[in-house]
Amino acid sequence: MSKFFISCDETTTICDKNQYNEATFLDKMKLMVHFIICKHCKKYSKQNTFLSKIFGNYAEEQCREQKCMSHKDKEILEEKVKEKL
Amino acid sequence: MADITKHILIPEKWVQSYSDYLYNYTITRVNNDDLAKDLVQETFFAGLKSMKNFQGKASERTWLISILKRKIIDYYRKTNSTKGKAEVRMNFYNDGEREGEWIEERVPNSWSSDTDKGIVNEELKSILESCIDDLPEKYSMVFRMKTIQGFETEEICKELDITASNLWVIIHRARTQLRRCMEDNWFNN
Repeated sequence: MSKFFISCDETTTICDKNQYNEATFLDKMKLMVHFIICKHCKKYSKQNTFLSKIFGNYAEEQCREQKCMSHKDKEILEEKVKEKL
Repeated sequence: MADITKHILIPEKWVQSYSDYLYNYTITRVNNDDLAKDLVQETFFAGLKSMKNFQGKASERTWLISILKRKIIDYYRKTNSTKGKAEVRMNFYNDGEREGEWIEERVPNSWSSDTDKGIVNEELKSILESCIDDLPEKYSMVFRMKTIQGFETEEICKELDITASNLWVIIHRARTQLRRCMEDNWFNN
């Protein structure tokens, strides 16, 4: 029974894990039990979902910007590699 | 017979053929242009040095990537041992009677209700970026790989040589620190 009562630190760790859909069923049960007794963690959890949304949008945007090396950088690197050959 | 499938190395063409691929691989992990270029360069140099060890079992690109991975891990280890340790801001009591409970001044604050309006917002984006950059190197790397690049947990663990529970603790600390930073710079502004 006592394993259902976890600390705020553990709760928020599981809560973060849950943001990636990787919390187990037991993990989720522990969350539920803790949320009943702790309003701070409940708030944390709610805000966490919102943060995930922001991170998700940011991630999408990052994917669209494919990053490459500049032509000049490549030339310099080419020279250096040739020197070592 | 084995000669047919045996791969060979053509270092003269490395920069032309692989620098973009290696750079791209690196920049998503370290997010620092100069550092990424250095790591790519080091990879090519290390490749040249150990050419005689190349057995031709893997393709040139796979072989170079495996060198690069080592370089990134080495870099990660190096920063891990110096930077980062002192920067961890604790949110929970770590001993005593209240171990694991929120420290009063670290308890989540209420955010103003109009915060979700500007999700796609340049200013928010730049604050988020600077908050991620403010994280200890190890945290920001793991956070980026998991959250921004969307790598599988297992993949990250393998690449950085950490356990899954280790990863979740890092993600948790990164996220609590990030939310604090966002709270200070965005939500309560």
